[in-house]
Amino acid sequence: MSSPAQSPFWQHSEIPRYTSEVRLNVEQVSYAYSANPAQAPLFTLEANSFQARPGEIVAVLGPNASGKSTLLKLIAGTLAPLSGRVLLNGFVTYSLAPRIRAQRIAMVQQESPLLFPAHAWEFVLQGRHPYGRSLRFENEEDVGIARNALAQVGGEHLSDRWMDQLSGGEKQRVILARALAQQPLLLLLDEPTLHLDIGAQVDLLATLRRLGAENRYTVVVVTHELNLAAQYADQVVLLHRGKSLRVGPPASVYQRDLLEQVFQTPLSVEMGSNGRPRVNVLTET
Amino acid sequence: MRPLTLQRLVLQCGLLALILFVVIVIALKLGAVPVSLYGLARDLVQALLGQTSGISSDYGLIIIDIRLPRILLGVLAGASLALAGTSFQALLRNPLADPYILGVSYGAAVGAMLASILEPHLSIPASVAALLTPLGAFLGAACTITVVYLLGRREGQIDSATLILGGVITGSFLSAVIMFLITTVTGRDMHGIAFWLMGDLSTPLQPSLRWFLGVGFLIAAVTIYTTASDLNLLLSGEKEAMHLGVDVDRVRIVVYVAASLLTALAVSVSGAIGYVGILVPHVMRLIYGSDHRVLLPTAAFGGAIAIVIADTLARTVVAPTELPVGAVTAIAGAPLFIYLLRRRAV
Repeated sequence: MSSPAQSPFWQHSEIPRYTSEVRLNVEQVSYAYSANPAQAPLFTLEANSFQARPGEIVAVLGPNASGKSTLLKLIAGTLAPLSGRVLLNGFVTYSLAPRIRAQRIAMVQQESPLLFPAHAWEFVLQGRHPYGRSLRFENEEDVGIARNALAQVGGEHLSDRWMDQLSGGEKQRVILARALAQQPLLLLLDEPTLHLDIGAQVDLLATLRRLGAENRYTVVVVTHELNLAAQYADQVVLLHRGKSLRVGPPASVYQRDLLEQVFQTPLSVEMGSNGRPRVNVLTET
Repeated sequence: MRPLTLQRLVLQCGLLALILFVVIVIALKLGAVPVSLYGLARDLVQALLGQTSGISSDYGLIIIDIRLPRILLGVLAGASLALAGTSFQALLRNPLADPYILGVSYGAAVGAMLASILEPHLSIPASVAALLTPLGAFLGAACTITVVYLLGRREGQIDSATLILGGVITGSFLSAVIMFLITTVTGRDMHGIAFWLMGDLSTPLQPSLRWFLGVGFLIAAVTIYTTASDLNLLLSGEKEAMHLGVDVDRVRIVVYVAASLLTALAVSVSGAIGYVGILVPHVMRLIYGSDHRVLLPTAAFGGAIAIVIADTLARTVVAPTELPVGAVTAIAGAPLFIYLLRRRAV
């Protein structure tokens, strides 16, 4: 999968850098979770900072319970930071009204089951909800945007299928299409590759790469897939026990001793011909 | 893609309104005293024109003063229960949720009974006193749904099984409270109370309450309908709905209050009728899909149709005596529920 012949997206759609325009600005955000205010916090996310431009993909990496999802929620503005702030085009995300926030930030979460059956097209049209008027009947424009969103993820043929009859990869496309129908500036994904086979994982990240280049979304993706992140991300945030150890392009973050310390397993890092690192887990025999 | 249009919504509701009308006409015609369709039409037109003097016959009295109010009461109760059930199912993300299973109906019943016990001891005008029962029912329903909701939460998320168990337990506790109140305080006859607990439409409503209940129903129903597209998004989870721009906390409060009000209306006029609140939404969902902009109004019509049919059967099958309407809905509803459960439509 690393050979350019099989997944050429990162090469074809290498995006021009507009260094002047910072869209997402994470400024020293921290968070502490405690079950009881009197007790010491059970979990602490220490101050994190990074910036992202339109069209950039930021991957948030780290072992379980390192604070990846908490960071994502802080960025999404659904969780109030203990200190610091997250700015999207200069607006504090936590202070935005829910509808305005949904017009600017879309979140793709780990798939949750639907309570009652729905068609894929109904699901995608839900992405138009933040733009709806009083009774929220979708108009031609909404239908056009939803149809376009499905086409962008290569899912036109799924339109009339039932959501509960789609495969994991197909469902993930439809969920992504719903997020695209929100026409966001910022696209957040929480472990989108979790239940996907390797082909579908590559496919999803290649799609994200292409969408980021075409539509200038800023993408923040939380993932466990070190190699996929190395292939497709412009920046990597490496979290360990609520602390961001390093932020930067994959080549600078993927240091063997650093990764071994974070993931508690022996591994090797080699630099690919495309300038992107590859991680191999060494199993002791 | 076939997004919902206003025309389609109106068409679907219009068809159901027509069915409801036919069912009402049949229900008016059936009963211990047979009535001809011609006589029925003549009396109804005269009543609508306000020429009550023209209706001299006993038939007219039976239709206009006895059967019609009872049928309209059934329409109100059925529509209320179906609306409350539909919105509870979406909000609690639980296909088994309905006012009866969640214990909300019993909460409303306790509230209504406490109000009617207190009423003679309060020195307030009769017109205000009449409102005490529905008000008590509302408070009882609202308290119960709050308790059941808190019982069903685990680590900030609704746990489906805990919620239903909490509702069933709360319901059985409250029905014991009802028995306690009946035996110690009221001394009323057990036959009437047992009927009321099963769900019964035979007690006529005081005229002063009619407007109050009708207006209350309209306000609560319209309020719930304004959240229809928010409820659609809640089907995929509270967090997802939040990310799609739904103010989840606001929707939750609005729907809980409105659905409690609807349950209270239904219970204060008809007791605890089971199965309508849970089955009608599922049947309508099979026919019209799970878009609440269609589902809410069609379920309201469906609930009204179901109760009017059930109450007509309750009046006629064992005539001249009567069954409680709740017995009919349970006899018909339980097998239908099991059928839907087995084919996994629920």
